[in-house]
Parts: sequence; C-alpha cells; structure tokens
Amino acid sequence: MKKLNKTTKNNLVTYAIVIVAYLVVMLLGVSGHISSLMEGLLVPLCIYVILAVSLNLVVGILGELSLGHAGFMCVGAFAGSFFSMCTKEAMPAGLRFFLALVIGAVVAALFGILIGIPVLRLKGDYLAIVTLAFGEIIKNLMNVLYIGRDEAGFHFSMKDTLSLGLSPEGKAIINGPQGITGTPHDASFTIGILLILLTLFIVLNLIHSRDGRAIMAIRDNRIAAESIGIHVTRYKLMAFTLSASIAGVAGVLYGHNLSTLTALPKNFGYNMSIMILVFVVLGGIGNIRGSVISAVVLTLLPELLRGLSDYRMLIYAIVLIAMMLFNWSPRAVEFRERYSLKRLFGMWRNPEKQADR
Amino acid sequence: MSLLSYLINGISLGSVYAIIALGYTMVYGIAKMLNFAHGDVIMVGGYVVFVLASGMGLPPVLAVMISMVVCTVLGMAIERVAYKPLRMAASPLAVLITAIGVSYLLQNLALLLFGANTKSFTSVVTVPAVSLAEGQLMISGETIVTIAACIVIMVTLTLFIKKTKAGQAMLAVSEDKGAAQLMGINVNGTIALTFAIGSALAAVAGVLLCSTYPSLTPYTGAMPGIKAFVAAVFGGIGSIPGAMIGGILLGIIEILGKAYISSQMADAIVFAVLIVVLLVKPTGILGKEIQEKV
Repeated sequence: MKKLNKTTKNNLVTYAIVIVAYLVVMLLGVSGHISSLMEGLLVPLCIYVILAVSLNLVVGILGELSLGHAGFMCVGAFAGSFFSMCTKEAMPAGLRFFLALVIGAVVAALFGILIGIPVLRLKGDYLAIVTLAFGEIIKNLMNVLYIGRDEAGFHFSMKDTLSLGLSPEGKAIINGPQGITGTPHDASFTIGILLILLTLFIVLNLIHSRDGRAIMAIRDNRIAAESIGIHVTRYKLMAFTLSASIAGVAGVLYGHNLSTLTALPKNFGYNMSIMILVFVVLGGIGNIRGSVISAVVLTLLPELLRGLSDYRMLIYAIVLIAMMLFNWSPRAVEFRERYSLKRLFGMWRNPEKQADR
Repeated sequence: MSLLSYLINGISLGSVYAIIALGYTMVYGIAKMLNFAHGDVIMVGGYVVFVLASGMGLPPVLAVMISMVVCTVLGMAIERVAYKPLRMAASPLAVLITAIGVSYLLQNLALLLFGANTKSFTSVVTVPAVSLAEGQLMISGETIVTIAACIVIMVTLTLFIKKTKAGQAMLAVSEDKGAAQLMGINVNGTIALTFAIGSALAAVAGVLLCSTYPSLTPYTGAMPGIKAFVAAVFGGIGSIPGAMIGGILLGIIEILGKAYISSQMADAIVFAVLIVVLLVKPTGILGKEIQEKV
C-alpha cells in the first residue's frame, strides 16, 4: 500500500469520525436505545454540522466574519421548499428532494454572489455588520413575500394573499408571515450524514487545493497576496459563494424536516448566525474537524443535561468569550507556548533544539 | 401636517440613535473596534431605571443618575475583562467575536433575571406636551427632552474634546496609539475613559428610548444598537458631528419608510441605506479617508 501523506490521513480521520458516529447512532437506533427526543435531534444535528463547516470556511479560511449565514440558510430553505411544493405530485420523492437540494444550493449561491460582490470590498467590522444587515433584510423580505399558483401560472405579491389575484383553483404557496406549510418530510438522518460527508469532501479538498492556498494567503496578508498576483476579489467571492451555497443546502434540509417553514427571528435571525459562530469558535477557527465535533457536543450537551437547557444561551456566550480570550489573547498564547505538553516533552527529549529557539 | 409630525418623530428617534452612535463612533475611533455590546448596555440602562423608578419608587432623576453610574462601571468592566487582553491579538476578528459574545451574555443574563416578558416602562419625562398650529401638531414631552438632550450632549462632548487635556489625549490616541504613548499619554486609561463616556451615554439613550417607546425586553437594545452603528457609519465613523447627522437622517428615513412604504420593511430600508452608503462612500458623510500603508 502506498504511504498516505499527512493531509490525506487527516481528512480520512474526519470522514471516519462522521461515519463511525453514523454507525453508532444506527446501531443504537436498531437496539432501541434512542429516545424520541434524541431522534428528533438527529436531523437538526446534521444541519448544524453543515452550517458550522460552511461558516468555518468564511471565518477560518477566508478570515472574514459573516453574521448573515442564517440568511443564506433561509434563502435555501425557501427555494427548496417552494420547489418541493410545486412538484409535490409530479415527481417521486427521491428525485424531488435531490433537485430541491440542488436548487437550494444554486439559489443560495446566487444570493452569495449578489451579496458578495458589494460586501467583499469591505473588510473586518464593516463586512460583519453588512452581512448581518443582509441576513435581516432577507428575513424581512420573506415575511412580506406572497407567491401563489393557479392555471395561469405564478402570481407574486408583497402585500397579502388577496392581492395575488388567484383563480378559485389557485393556491398560495408562500404565505408571507405564515411561510410555507405542508412541505413533504423528505429529510432523514442518512441523507443528513451523506450531505455532511459531501460538504466535508468539498471544503477539505478546496482547502488543500491551489485555490484554497490562495484564499488562505489572502487571509494572512491581503496586500502580499495581491502583490504576487492572486486575484483577491475572485478568490474571496469563491469562498463566500461556496459557503453560502452549503448553508443553502442546510436550509433545504431544515425546510424538509419541518412541515411548516416560517422566517422567524428564532430560526433564521441573528441568534442563529451567532449560534453557528459559537460552534466554529469552540471547534477552533479554521479547524474543520473541530467544527463538526463542537456542533455535535454543543447541541447534545444542553439536551442531555436537562437542568442546563435554561442556561444554554448563557453557556454559549461564556464559551464564546472564554475561548476567544484563551486562544487569542497574546498573554494566553505566550502562556500556552511556555507550558504546552508538546514543548515540555520536546525539551526533555531534545534539549539542544529547544535551546536554539 | 402629517409629514411634519413624521419629521418631528423622525428627528426624535434620530436623536436617540445619535446619542448611541456617539458611543460607537468614539470607541471605534479610539480602540478601532466595533463594540457590539454597546446596544445591550442600553438595555441594561433601561432595566436599571425600570427597577429603581417603577419597582422601588425612586425619583426618576436619581434613577437615571444611578443608571448612568451602573452603565459606566459595566462598560469599563467589559473593556477591562473582555477587550483589553485582546487589544494586541494577531487577528482583528478576535475582539469582534468577543464583543458579540459579551452582547450575547448581557442579553441572556437579562433574560434569566427579568424573563422574556415585555415590561411596560413608565416614562421618566415630566415635561408637558406642546401643541402647535391649533392642536393639529402635537409634540410630546419625550420628543422635546430627547432632542434637547441630544444637543446638550453633542455640545458638551465637542467642548470636552476640544478644550480639555483628556479630550486632546483621546484625539491623539485615535490618531496614532504608539506616538501618543511616546508623548506620555496613558493609552489604556484614555481607552477606558472612552468606554466610560460611551456607556454613560448609552444609559441616557436607553432611558430616552424606553420613555418614547415604552416597552422593555432583553432584546430592546440590540436593534437600536445596530441601527446606531449604521448611523455612525452613515455620518462617517470617528466623527462626532457625523454621528449626529447620521443619526438624525437615519431616524427620519426610518419613520418616513414606516409611514409611506411599509411598516414591516422599515428595518430592511435602514439596512439598505447602510449598504448603499458603504458602496458609494464607505467613509460616510464626514469621514476621512485613510490610505493603507504597506
């Protein structure tokens, strides 16, 4: 057997973790060890993992903070559910869901490009606040959007159901604040896991490709990257759009897991974006495997420890602050370097090398 | 006449935004960070006055004073614990994410302490309403006090920065931290002072906001906070008159948008303004452009 290089090995470990987790859950399910509460958590778990990986691509690899990820998820969810509602009778479930996923990804990617072109000219705090603004705008728009269909085709309005002017046979599909009701329940844990694997495959391969290295070069020093001929806008847009479209896929999964899809602050608002950010920060900014693990842990922990669920948000907030201080404060970094296990062991094994540093 | 009353409401709301935006713009100018928790300090200010005035029956003026002290201490504590250790961090994202964490922490602490229910806030303003043009145009006492407070704060702050040593130190630190330190300015102290002033202003803004729109929840401060940041960017971040102009323009845009376009889309309109401003003139109305040097 050919010897695998380090990155391939690392990536395989990540895939293996997901697959093993899947097998364990399946085994527990067969032997009846999973409560109905846990069963209801499985698909949301997949959604959070996908979202965390997607946000880590922007925060960790591109090095910009997006606070509008829930907005992309919202767009994907509505596009996918809308398609499923339109073709409910016309297509078998499997094909329909597959197409819904593709459509959700494409529409979210289009929004990603649309938003990315103006937004990526900005940086740092400005970019964060503008993505936040976009997320809120999308949520607002979804709450005033009405689309219905009858024999004559689609009708569109921003006022109410009546102004759609539907014929008696017609039906409103997107119903403003009531959203979409009656979406087929197509999402399952298996599909969720497959999508996680696909997401990981895409993101990990991107990171270790020439394009990925270009993106990380921009993150580390934009001016230097530009001076060696890296097309900054193009690569930024690439990472941003890819991340948006993955969030869109997560949205489609979300939409097909619930029978009613509404754009509330609770599911597609600012808090959702922050929650995903907490997953990314706890897992380690730029560490894809960490995002997967922390999304699972932070979702399961409050549910498993029942007493904690009231304090869930508070714990998230404290985790966020403590992790940032511990990981990024120069003093903490120095402290960790001085007392890290690796270095203590290294010194003991090889004192001359350490003395050089 | 309705247009005129909308305009007055807009200026009143805009004055609140302007006061909040002053806090943002000063902190951004000096510490070069977006203090996400600023909006939630407003909420804390509101709750303190609510507890003291409605719960314990203290006179409103005293309640507002105590609220300002509490917010000042809170703002300085946040700066000391959460932001200062990260000032020299390698990534500028670090302090931004921490600020989001602080904002989240304050919201959820308030949620645990006071519950999610909306508290109805009793206005602390005792100025009577003025009726103009034979009763066709009413200006509420809250509006008068808000606009007056905004003007007083603006003038005081401008004088403070122009005339006092501490104000000049602030200007110097915002210009160049390293050089300021070489000139013997206490950089950390100046930054702490900035946070203190910004947070005290946030308490005032919180009281005025809750007096005009008398409902108080743990999320009261979040949206006005973000909108005030939009106002600060609109007027040119780092500029005090800019924050005033941006705030008032934004307030007018929001109220007119609510009245004439769609009440549900008012927030979207405000954010659209931000995006257009950043695309057309990223430095805002009164901002200065700073070239990045390699």
